Amino acid sequence: MSKKIGDVILDVHNISLRFGGVKALTDISFDVREHEVRAIIGPNGAGKSSMLNCINGVYTPQEGSITFRGQSFDHMNSRQVAEMGIARTFQNLALFKGMSVIDNIMSGRNLKIKSNLLMQALRWGPAQREEEEHREKVEHIIDFLEIQAFRKTPVGQLPYGLQKRVDLGRALAMEPQVLLLDEPMAGMNMEEKQDMCRFILDVNDEFGTTVVLIEHDMGVVMDISDRVVVLDYGKKIGDGSPEEVRNNEEVISAYLGTSH
Amino acid sequence: MAFFLETLLGGLMAGMLYSLVALGFVLIFKASGVFNFAQGAMVLFGALSMARFSEWIPLWTGVDSLWLANVLAFVMAAVVMFMVAWAVEYLVLRHLVNQEGATLLMATLGIAYFLEGLGQALFGSSIYKIDIGMPKDPVFILENLFPGGVLVNKEDLYAALIAAAMVTLLSLFFQKTATGRALRAVADDHQAAQSIGIPLNRIWMIVWCVAGVVALVAGMIWGSKLGVQFSLATVALRALPVVILGGLTSVPGAIIGGLIIGVGEKLSEVYLGGFVGGGIEIWFAYVLALGFLLIRPQGLFGEKIIDRV
Repeated sequence: MSKKIGDVILDVHNISLRFGGVKALTDISFDVREHEVRAIIGPNGAGKSSMLNCINGVYTPQEGSITFRGQSFDHMNSRQVAEMGIARTFQNLALFKGMSVIDNIMSGRNLKIKSNLLMQALRWGPAQREEEEHREKVEHIIDFLEIQAFRKTPVGQLPYGLQKRVDLGRALAMEPQVLLLDEPMAGMNMEEKQDMCRFILDVNDEFGTTVVLIEHDMGVVMDISDRVVVLDYGKKIGDGSPEEVRNNEEVISAYLGTSH
Repeated sequence: MAFFLETLLGGLMAGMLYSLVALGFVLIFKASGVFNFAQGAMVLFGALSMARFSEWIPLWTGVDSLWLANVLAFVMAAVVMFMVAWAVEYLVLRHLVNQEGATLLMATLGIAYFLEGLGQALFGSSIYKIDIGMPKDPVFILENLFPGGVLVNKEDLYAALIAAAMVTLLSLFFQKTATGRALRAVADDHQAAQSIGIPLNRIWMIVWCVAGVVALVAGMIWGSKLGVQFSLATVALRALPVVILGGLTSVPGAIIGGLIIGVGEKLSEVYLGGFVGGGIEIWFAYVLALGFLLIRPQGLFGEKIIDRV
């Protein structure tokens, strides 16, 4: 692969997160470099989703700091994180079920829309033109994800695999610098998984988007990631290239349950 | 036949107004999960400010055109409703995010009484009239089809037209604009909406403003028919069965529910009144809603409530 991996874009430093007495994350540090595909893996309950939710501003960790492009965010909510250029998808689909595929993806352009309420309501020329420009970008994403046939379908009626694509499409519509994917392959069959892998790699290649992805299925992740963080019981037990992680004793025992 | 048509049309026109008030409930419930008991008080508040401003504006400015005075009064009243919406969102609801449904309901109940009191303190507590130039005389239509034609109350017809125009405008706004899209997004999923950068507080503010204007229009129409008085707040509660029937989460449901209730009330009064005594109109809607609660609690168009176990 000839892509250029840049400098550190997202730096997670000594993060600890507790819910009452439960330690979800303990002293986690890792970094994400520009243009790479970075995976966070671990068995169920390892704290992967908690980690992602910290980066997304849903949870605020009690200790540690997260720095994005040199700007640290301590008390941000997910909207402010979105404004900084971080988009996400959801493990249990959180699409706007009653809305069509186009409207779902268009809503991802929300932050880019400049015209105000009044201009939109009056269908003012510039507001209309802007809407058309966004629509063009959205059409491009629809082509990219090969969901042209379902443009006008309410997403609630689409099969699961396609809903996952719409979820990805909505995040892509934000033109994010970093894309957080929460178990993008969960509950998919082999063919759907392969499609999703292809889309993730293409996004990374074509748009140069940095991807942070969570999976508990090790197999798929190893093939598409540049570097992998492994969590277990809220602690980091491995970090490195897929090859290094695969041969890490601790990782093997966490996944296979072998005793030393 | 002509008589049946007359009753039916009367019911449809009355139903349009119920739809309008029901729409206020649905908008707020969809976007923020709050069942706004203060919707009735907002109707009264809107009507009171409209009535008083249309009285005061000619005194203050010397405008003697009724039409101009009404337009100015409407704008002023709309501004007042925006201020109410802002205050409710900023002072009360913002601090109750993620609270139990019952807590929010109680909060809106409190807002309802506060608004009723404030409305009377600011605008007075007598009976006022709103004169927006609605014609009071009836007309006859379809005279060549039926002997004597079908009698239609012009005032009802105009009221229904205004309500229908309002409903259409709102639907267009929701379907065709970027802000409308953001509103629908928030209604479907708060967390996902936030993750794509939609500011919840701003959306809630817009929804309360829209609900305020809807209440104002309903209050204006009802006020011009019945006079602006305290009981207007309870008239609005007659839209409650409408939202139960149509579904709390459905805009088309509010419209169709309103029409069904309007027609049902009039037809039952006329055709069943003879057997069970008069006054059906008063309880018909509630009994119909009760039946719906037993058979289809989510209403005609509401989202099915499925709990994961």
